[in-house]
Amino acid sequence: MAKARGPQGAGRPRDALSREQKLELYYWMRFTRSLEERLVNLYRQTKVVGGLFRSLGQEADAVGSAFALERRDILSPLIRNLGSMLVKGATPVEVLKQYMAKGDSPTRGRELNIHFGDTERGFIGQISPLGDMVPVMAGVTLSFKMRGEDRVGLVYVGDGATSTGAFHEGINFAAVQRCPLVVIVENNGYAYSTPTSMQTLAKQFVDKAIGYGIPGLQADGNDVLAVYDVTKQAVDHARSGGGTTLVELMTYRRKGHAEHDNQSYVPAGEIDRWAEENDPIDRYIRVLKSDYSATDDELAAIDARIQGEIDDATDIADVSPAPEALDALIGVYADPPEERPLWFRRDATDVAYGKERAEGWGTWTANDGKST
Amino acid sequence: MTGAADTAAEITYLEAIREALFEEMERDANVFCLGEDIGAFGGAFKVTEGLLAKFGAARVIDTPISEIAIVGAAAGAAHMGMRPIVEMQFIDFIANAYDMLTNYVATARYRAFLPCPMVVRGPSGGYVRGGPFHSQNPEAGFLHTPGLKIVYPATAADAKGLMKAAVRDDDCVLFFEHKYLYRRVKDVMPSGDHVVPIGTARVAREGSDVSIVTYASTVWKSLEAAELLQAEDGISVEVIDLRTVAPMDEEAIYRTVKKTNRLLVVHEDTRTGGIAGEITARVSETCFEWLDAPVLRVTAADIPLPYGPPLEDYVLPQTADIVRAVRRLAAY
Repeated sequence: MAKARGPQGAGRPRDALSREQKLELYYWMRFTRSLEERLVNLYRQTKVVGGLFRSLGQEADAVGSAFALERRDILSPLIRNLGSMLVKGATPVEVLKQYMAKGDSPTRGRELNIHFGDTERGFIGQISPLGDMVPVMAGVTLSFKMRGEDRVGLVYVGDGATSTGAFHEGINFAAVQRCPLVVIVENNGYAYSTPTSMQTLAKQFVDKAIGYGIPGLQADGNDVLAVYDVTKQAVDHARSGGGTTLVELMTYRRKGHAEHDNQSYVPAGEIDRWAEENDPIDRYIRVLKSDYSATDDELAAIDARIQGEIDDATDIADVSPAPEALDALIGVYADPPEERPLWFRRDATDVAYGKERAEGWGTWTANDGKST
Repeated sequence: MTGAADTAAEITYLEAIREALFEEMERDANVFCLGEDIGAFGGAFKVTEGLLAKFGAARVIDTPISEIAIVGAAAGAAHMGMRPIVEMQFIDFIANAYDMLTNYVATARYRAFLPCPMVVRGPSGGYVRGGPFHSQNPEAGFLHTPGLKIVYPATAADAKGLMKAAVRDDDCVLFFEHKYLYRRVKDVMPSGDHVVPIGTARVAREGSDVSIVTYASTVWKSLEAAELLQAEDGISVEVIDLRTVAPMDEEAIYRTVKKTNRLLVVHEDTRTGGIAGEITARVSETCFEWLDAPVLRVTAADIPLPYGPPLEDYVLPQTADIVRAVRRLAAY
């Protein structure tokens, strides 16, 4: 096949971006990395309740693609698309509260990490089973088509999710219904510990587009402007009635699946090589300086601004309260709006009356329970 | 089966569902149908026949054979304010969409405050020589998942009224249609906008000696048994048609148990981990003092449903089984 590539040469979408917008791309990438670094600190202080997922080295892929959308468009992020969500208007306070399971977090402590969304701002939270958001976004964009709305959807999957039935069914459904959807395959080399070579025999994921009868585009996922170009092309294609496009972004996951993962399965030197030679932020700084006359002082000022915003957000999130236990009963259905407590929990507002210790099982004794 | 003489105004259970689809699509432009072969062909059982001609291909969508994608796309459209009605060509195939329904759809409101008003409907149930993959009753598998509603009507009037309620509900409703009843039971539809609220049972027959709680096809077998028992034994049987399995009308169950003090639960689905077990547990917890006999169950045997008539008839609950069980309860 002819190699599918993003737009080349003159007249690239990036050329329509102002210098200010190009600095904004830097801002969001740096913001993503700094916010995750703050989360690492909070994780080590055990303030993050669950696992922590990093997108180190993939910031260009997330930011550059989301930047190609309009405000009215909707994306569905993956676990390594914090940057996409920030571009779409998610705030650091929301992200921190969410990780810390606060009662006033976007999901009121019901979901973990960056599993949250807001259709007004144009992002829909993912669920953990991979590939499931492809059919859902096919339906979101089907509704755009049915209502004649000038809107586009974007959904991210990893190399691993391409092996799921949901991915196949969803992209095929979107293709045949000519849904205005961009499906981005972030090929970061690993699905948890499984290398791409164990995921598929296909030489590249972009080849799969042929099987669905849709355009396939591919770009260097660590080049934020290339990511923007290729996504913008797919978005414009969708908006003009062309239907679904598959975009493969080549990148690399420099951290483990989650913070607990020691990456023992990664060949020695591989991570360091990517960090030294192909860091998306380092690369973009060089471009900003050489092509857009950015200065060290200018970039340092952006970095300082980001640190201030994250410090402020941390202060707010840290003092935010945990959820009230009884909130657990609310909102499974629209009607009835609230579930009835089980009889052995009536008049109890705390977990097992505060007699259980979180450190271990079987620590409750009948004597402890006397007072209740 | 309704016993009434045919009149011009009587329509079948299947036609009643179709009428509800027409009326709801006419009433609300956000309502649309999607599924396999539902458009040009009108569906495997012709439930959606005529919808394409009236509402067009944009609102009556023939999809690829992709239950995951159909259900997932319905959810996505529902988030954006649409009210999709999904057809499973046979409800057996809903198993393909189990992840999408239980992990995605059922949790959407709770975890993400995303509205997911959608109906997943399809021909269900046995007694039709359909074999293992065209006869199932998978409702119990979904009763276990918080966030889903489950409807399984027995009469034509309820089929219409509950379908209209399901389309208007703000959460996902799994709507099981019994294919044996499709063309066998008829009703005159109540006039006007006939909506039957989800979550309310119906007293299908009043009685005073023994209660039967059931739903769908076995409502008819229970009524048949009740008539036989009245005539032959003088036993007065009350039959409660749940109509909705989730949320379950517990009060209606407790009311009849407190009235007759003897309970038989009947369903066509298999026995273990089934809805009859759940009802038995609730009655045991709540109505222990009112019971004069153990709660009994008549259900299908725990066997994949076989094709051959002697085999299927042996596995599925029959009227004679219900008669035996009621006699045992009455004599206890």
